[in-house]
Amino acid sequence: MSQYRLEIRVKPRPGLLDPQGKAIHHSLNSLGWDGVGDVRVGKVMYIDIEADSETSAGEAAEAMCRKLLANPVTEDFEISMIEALEGAGS
Amino acid sequence: MKVAVITFPGSNCDYDLYKAAQQVGGDATFVWHRERGLAGYDAVLLPGGFSYGDYLRAGAIARMSPIMEDVTSFANSGGPVLGICNGFQILCEAGLLPGALMRNSSLKFQGKDVFIRVERNDMLFTSDYTEGQVLRIPIAHGEGNYEADTATLEALEAEGRVVFRYVDASGESTEDANPNGSWHNIAGITNAKGNVLGMMPHPERAMESILGSTDGVALFTSMAGSLSLST
Repeated sequence: MSQYRLEIRVKPRPGLLDPQGKAIHHSLNSLGWDGVGDVRVGKVMYIDIEADSETSAGEAAEAMCRKLLANPVTEDFEISMIEALEGAGS
Repeated sequence: MKVAVITFPGSNCDYDLYKAAQQVGGDATFVWHRERGLAGYDAVLLPGGFSYGDYLRAGAIARMSPIMEDVTSFANSGGPVLGICNGFQILCEAGLLPGALMRNSSLKFQGKDVFIRVERNDMLFTSDYTEGQVLRIPIAHGEGNYEADTATLEALEAEGRVVFRYVDASGESTEDANPNGSWHNIAGITNAKGNVLGMMPHPERAMESILGSTDGVALFTSMAGSLSLST
């Protein structure tokens, strides 16, 4: 088993109103960034996990997203990084 | 009517629900989220609050609680389940109701009395109301903006599964009367079988005239009556 660090990004689905993003958009505009278009706010989660291989760490990440980390009605997810942690595991 | 009030860490309307059930002659019991089994109960109530601090998403962690497996089988076998506010969010996260409750479009927590219209009274939860009746009921939420995919939303309307809608005092569902940006002013929906009801407004806080409104009482008398217990 080895230690892996997962980076998971969860973001609002395209087309859905993201009120947080909208508020930030207004704020950026009022600060003078007139060229700012769409702003959307998501989450990044870092999860350390023990797994046999990078593939199985990725599969676990996918299952976590489907079961808990993202709501399929309103959010999309992406496993943006699977990093083997140095010096950990056996 | 033997009623289970499910309590999660962070629930804060559990006593109001308990009291509301008692007020209509119900025999209410608190059931902690780690307990198992709902045998012998006639109805299950999921209270409002901020279970698990609304971490991740409102209701997302609570719905993984051990008792939710029992709530799911209770609902699937036709048992009446009512989720109010955070309870509604938990029911959506658990997949017992479709869709999701997103951040209010105003980005503000809304705590005030609103008007809602009873869209149907042919249900266990609403039989003591009249169809089209306008109720004044408090809301208190930051994530009550009902959203689902287009097919689901169309099905909800086509099948008459919108039970309550935000309206103005005269009963019109206007944009101004919508406190959170919900699609079609949706305040409460039911599942296809009609035994699971989720709603953002708090009928359990509208039970006594001294507290401003008694418009919530009929929801609980409807349940008590339908579950064959005199009030």
